[in-house]
Amino acid sequence: MKHEPDVILSTEGLGKSFDGLRANNAIDFTLRKNRVHALIGPNGAGKTTFVSMLIGRLAPTDGAIWFDGQNVTEMPAHRRVALGMGYTFQITSVFSRLSCHENVALAARRKAGRGKGEVEAVVADALARVGLGERAGEVAGDLSYGHQRLLEIAMGLASAPRLLILDEPTQGLAESEIAAFKALIRALSAETTILLIEHNMSVVMELADEITVLNFGEILAHGTAAEIHANPAVQAAYLGTETA
Amino acid sequence: MTRKDLTLHLGLVALLFALHFILPAYHHGIFARVMVLAVYAIGYNIAFGYTGLLSLGHAMFFAAGMYGMGLVSYHFGVPALPAWVIGVACAAALAFVVGLLALRTQDVSFMIVTLMFAQAAYLIILYFSEVTRGDDGFVIPGALRAIGPFDLSDEGTRYIVAWILFSVALLFSLWLVRHPFGRVLVALRENEERARLLGYDTGRRKLASLVISGTISGAAGAAYAGLFGYVGGSFAGVQYSIFALLWVLLGGAGTVLGPFVGALFMFYLIDLATEVTEAYMLIAGVVLVLLTLFAPQGIVGEIRRRLWKDLP
Amino acid sequence: MDFGPYLMLAMLEGAVLAAVLALMASGLSLVFGVMRVVNVAHGEFYMLGAVMAWVVTQFLAGLGGGAAVNFIAAAVLAPLIVGAIAAAADVTILKRLDYDPERVIVATIGLLYVIQQATLMGYGPDAKPVVAPFNQRLALPWFEFGEDGFQMYYPWGLSTTSYKLFVIVAAVVLLFALRLFMTRSRAGLIMRATQLDRDMATAFGIPVEKVYALVFGAGAALAALAGVLIVPIQQAHYLMGGDALLLSFIVVIIGGLGSLAGTVVAAVIIGMSDGIISVFFTPTLAKIIATLAVALVLVFRPQGLFGVKTR
Repeated sequence: MKHEPDVILSTEGLGKSFDGLRANNAIDFTLRKNRVHALIGPNGAGKTTFVSMLIGRLAPTDGAIWFDGQNVTEMPAHRRVALGMGYTFQITSVFSRLSCHENVALAARRKAGRGKGEVEAVVADALARVGLGERAGEVAGDLSYGHQRLLEIAMGLASAPRLLILDEPTQGLAESEIAAFKALIRALSAETTILLIEHNMSVVMELADEITVLNFGEILAHGTAAEIHANPAVQAAYLGTETA
Repeated sequence: MTRKDLTLHLGLVALLFALHFILPAYHHGIFARVMVLAVYAIGYNIAFGYTGLLSLGHAMFFAAGMYGMGLVSYHFGVPALPAWVIGVACAAALAFVVGLLALRTQDVSFMIVTLMFAQAAYLIILYFSEVTRGDDGFVIPGALRAIGPFDLSDEGTRYIVAWILFSVALLFSLWLVRHPFGRVLVALRENEERARLLGYDTGRRKLASLVISGTISGAAGAAYAGLFGYVGGSFAGVQYSIFALLWVLLGGAGTVLGPFVGALFMFYLIDLATEVTEAYMLIAGVVLVLLTLFAPQGIVGEIRRRLWKDLP
Repeated sequence: MDFGPYLMLAMLEGAVLAAVLALMASGLSLVFGVMRVVNVAHGEFYMLGAVMAWVVTQFLAGLGGGAAVNFIAAAVLAPLIVGAIAAAADVTILKRLDYDPERVIVATIGLLYVIQQATLMGYGPDAKPVVAPFNQRLALPWFEFGEDGFQMYYPWGLSTTSYKLFVIVAAVVLLFALRLFMTRSRAGLIMRATQLDRDMATAFGIPVEKVYALVFGAGAALAALAGVLIVPIQQAHYLMGGDALLLSFIVVIIGGLGSLAGTVVAAVIIGMSDGIISVFFTPTLAKIIATLAVALVLVFRPQGLFGVKTR
């Protein structure tokens, strides 16, 4: 699988145990290029554990992770990012005492060979795309919660990743903000691959080309939005815990 | 870098040069000393103020420079300038080794580990007293304290050399914190995990920051030995590590001008206190407590907060 | 003296140091365990205990009290006074810093100098003795298998004093009492609850702020008590807190931060080995080895040698 040219990321038998507790078990997962792929599942299904292993914040207990044909299982997080993985935190994590511009510039500068002018252009573009162009000079910590989430996404954009992992990006956003977010992801999906960990089913159903469902740390189902919607096992897993 | 920043910092450099011709002898001497000590604080500020590495052991870097320079002069008669370079190299090497070990820890553990390493360094100086002359220290022979035709024990030369060193360190730190590398250090201070997930190798950046910081501190220590001719164990003691913290906190951690402002204020404060009591460190203690309670930003930090938002 | 008796003497001296160190370090450990802050001024509370012991005994001697009564009064009053000073420092300084670990360290460094230098101003730069309540010299026997078979004799110089033995016994009793207090009493339970989860403790109506002030005071009082016990052996000096602080740090780190049992074990090891090592090495070399070792323990085994990695 990992050698197929249209696959950007795959895992083989990925697992994670915490003190004997099995959080993820034998996950074989394939992510195709230029798709929006959603990862869903009830609370405690192991989604955050899974993406934390993908980006390198957690070391897997067993299994392997391949990114763009390269085994990255042992690679530290910063090198995975350098290879082209981008990540936005579930709990907002911006540099709250720095300006919005500086937040995004830190993300933009990391790519080698970018001159000052190019960085400025990338920052301006990323801020404009999430609708924070007017607020470049404001201190990030002073922004509203929704705007801080958008700033996170702008930081993700500015690092121009080939794979952007968004961990619960719409959590805590207002309805109007969610609509703008959907439009943004739709536009983005043309240029990069997106792995979306999401609770909000309307976002998932509208945006995702493919959906993988995680339950009790294992893959329960995989398919298109329509297939997942009709899958009885998924419905059973969600019954009572989520309104699909 | 904005023109306003540059004007301000170059203005200070020019002012200090002008003071060379104006200051009465006593204050002229104090300013020369403060400029060298401010270089030590500038070094400390890069680790603590900009990168958020709260070290309690920077005296070991200052002392590494001082002893590296002093010992080769004293024992082998190496002239001032090459001896200074050797001192700086010693500090850089020490900072590298200490960084490799200590940076495996964080926060409070990092403070204690640096404190312990510095204490060990201090004790090593005492232990090898046949070489280092222990607590008493030694005086570098006057004949060696010269750079070419310039006699470093001459007060005018001493002031100018201190001024050159200070100016270079100040402008270097201004350049560094405006440079993308320096911006990443600030990012580490603010949110290390986020910086890592933007793709920065945080471990290497912190090590680089500590080495730069230790090297500048060592450059100050080596210069102090050359300019004032005395090398002694007290400069390696805990108190000297605390001084660096005190000056930077008082002046404003994470500001380019803070280290100088803090060192200058504190030096005069302690100078006044010694005239009244032998318990002059009481002042240092009181200032530390008051700063943590009421002005964690320090003098320049408060100016930045209230008056000049973009002050580096 | 032969090697055997000499070693025994070193171990006895080591045991006295271990006893005092265990008391002092449990104070540091208690504060770290419950409040999660490192008190850099801890050594100064130890010094203050010793100085207060001198002040109290001097005052009472002026009233014509006997050595034993004076010492007992000092052992009660000095820890109380020092504990009260520390509790006041907690309320006026540490509480306002919201117990932020780094800022507390900086503030307690300041406090260290304030206490030390104020003592220098009020008490002076000289070391001053306190008379022990009792101080009989006890010659100790040694034995050997000579030509006449097993025999016991009293080698010259192998002796201790009744007071030193008392210090060891007193420390053991006090540490047991402390342990009982922490595990059995209601106050101890409250402290441990606060240690586990500050917010939860608040939610259950535990007055966390009062608990913190009491714990900080109690930690300082333990250090002061150690100071009172040592002062008939060592004399009171305004700079005596520095070395004591360093040794307590070493003990607490080796024992595992915040673990009382580990602290006591480590105090015995450090105290005894300090006594024994200084037989073979100079004290400076022993200190270099100890400080480097403790730094490396923190780097490579941060849970301490006896700590468990969980939590």
